Amino acid sequence: MLSRGFFGKKRPEASRPVPPGQYLEDGFPVLSAGPTPRVDLATWDLTFESDGEVLGKWDWEQLKSLPATDMHVDLHCVTKWSKHDTDWRGVSIDDLFEAAGITDPPGDYVMAYSDGGYTTNLPTEDLLDGKALIAYEYDGEPLEPAHGGPVRLFVPHLYLWKSAKWIRGLRFMEQDAPGFWEAYGYHMYGDPWKEQRYIGD
Amino acid sequence: MTTGWQIATVEAVKTETDRAKTFVLSAPGISRFRPGQHIDIRLTAPDGYQAQRSYSIASPPEDSGVLEVTVELIEDGEVSPYFHEVVRAGDQFEIRGPIGGPFTWQSTEGGPLLLIAGGSGIVPLMSMLRHRSASSAFNIPVLLLYSSRSLDDVIYREELESMAAQDDHLQVDFTLTRQRPDGWSGYERRVDDEMLGEVIEKLGAPRLSYVCGPTAFVESVASALVERGLEADSIRTERFGPSGT
Ligand SMILES: Cc1cc2nc3c(=O)[nH]c(=O)nc-3n(C[C@H](O)[C@H](O)[C@H](O)COP(=O)(O)OP(=O)(O)OC[C@H]3O[C@@H](n4cnc5c(N)ncnc54)[C@H](O)[C@@H]3O)c2cc1C
Repeated sequence: MLSRGFFGKKRPEASRPVPPGQYLEDGFPVLSAGPTPRVDLATWDLTFESDGEVLGKWDWEQLKSLPATDMHVDLHCVTKWSKHDTDWRGVSIDDLFEAAGITDPPGDYVMAYSDGGYTTNLPTEDLLDGKALIAYEYDGEPLEPAHGGPVRLFVPHLYLWKSAKWIRGLRFMEQDAPGFWEAYGYHMYGDPWKEQRYIGD
Repeated sequence: MTTGWQIATVEAVKTETDRAKTFVLSAPGISRFRPGQHIDIRLTAPDGYQAQRSYSIASPPEDSGVLEVTVELIEDGEVSPYFHEVVRAGDQFEIRGPIGGPFTWQSTEGGPLLLIAGGSGIVPLMSMLRHRSASSAFNIPVLLLYSSRSLDDVIYREELESMAAQDDHLQVDFTLTRQRPDGWSGYERRVDDEMLGEVIEKLGAPRLSYVCGPTAFVESVASALVERGLEADSIRTERFGPSGT
């Protein structure tokens, strides 16, 4: 329906479109449900697990010694902002699979879990083939705590809540199950181009 | 959570401050919400362009059939100036909701409750306070610490003052960061650790804390509360915008 007297603000033409319902933002807003945790890299580690079995475990030094992958991508947050041309560095999930000797994905779905109790669910295939990182640098600098640093999951083709901040591990599962926001009615998959914000979208 | 878009009609517009207006919406299709939740609003221009933004619900769930949102004017913004300059009673637009995760409080959750607002961050906290009154949960101790630029920028000031005056278990502390009237006896600086220590002392150890406002405000207050020893999972946050006050 038309909104009387609404024309939208003339914005500088974006070099490429943003997903439906999104607007382009220069800054880098923050969405989290609680205080920003302070993660100590001296005791931090990352675990891949399935059925209670540890498939791979890396501390900070071990993570940093794996080959780094760079991504130049656009970000889309469910709170309506998108940000173009951001640079991220981290280790791809493919490289972590290789390092752990995982050849077949241990389950079709993943629950990512974080310091502070955050969780989010994703299909395993959305993490593979260069689509996702365990990221530790943004714009050439160590990732700031408010943006999920020192280490976050990074899956930029989905809404940003799927890129779990302060990541501590991936738990592989046979069946999909809702994570933190998903249990509050946010979408199980979260494709910004299909505007999958909430259940039923 | 309701997900489809539905039509809301503006029943009335109230001027709260020079930079904040309240819109009373009738939205019969919106299911019962919890204080702290928000709605999404979608506007459509003649060329098909659409803009969506989130606005917290200011009214309590006990008000049936209507809900209120309060919009602060961001001068160079797209949607908030439209609300301030164009929207009037009788207008309609699309909304969906209620939406929101853990940033909600109902009187059944009890207290003591520490509420900390920066600027328009008061809006969802006001829904909680109005709900506490509407559900007669006056025995739940609450302290609201509310940071504004000046006294004229304090949204819902009269209602907050009269709520606190009639209620032994509700304390309201204002801090004014830019301008103070003569004889001002409240705080006159940004919320800092010392101020948080003082209000927690007055309230008693909070069981739940809610912090809402601009991102930088929420970051600094929530971190200070954690450093004071409050459990991280007892602190719930809502970050409204990219910039600080
Ligand atoms: C969950 C949630 C609940 C919200 N509830 C409320 C509410 O109850 N009342 C309310 O007034 N707003 C609320 N907001 C903010 C609101 O959604 C809009 O972001 C705000 O109204 C600005 O929109 P705009 O189109 O006018 O500005 P935009 O065109 O989006 O932005 C214009 C410029 O202003 C900056 N800006 C955007 N938002 C803010 C801000 N909040 N403070 C300072 N600068 C900003 C932008 O970075 C940009 O540079 C809420 C946001 C969220 C995520």
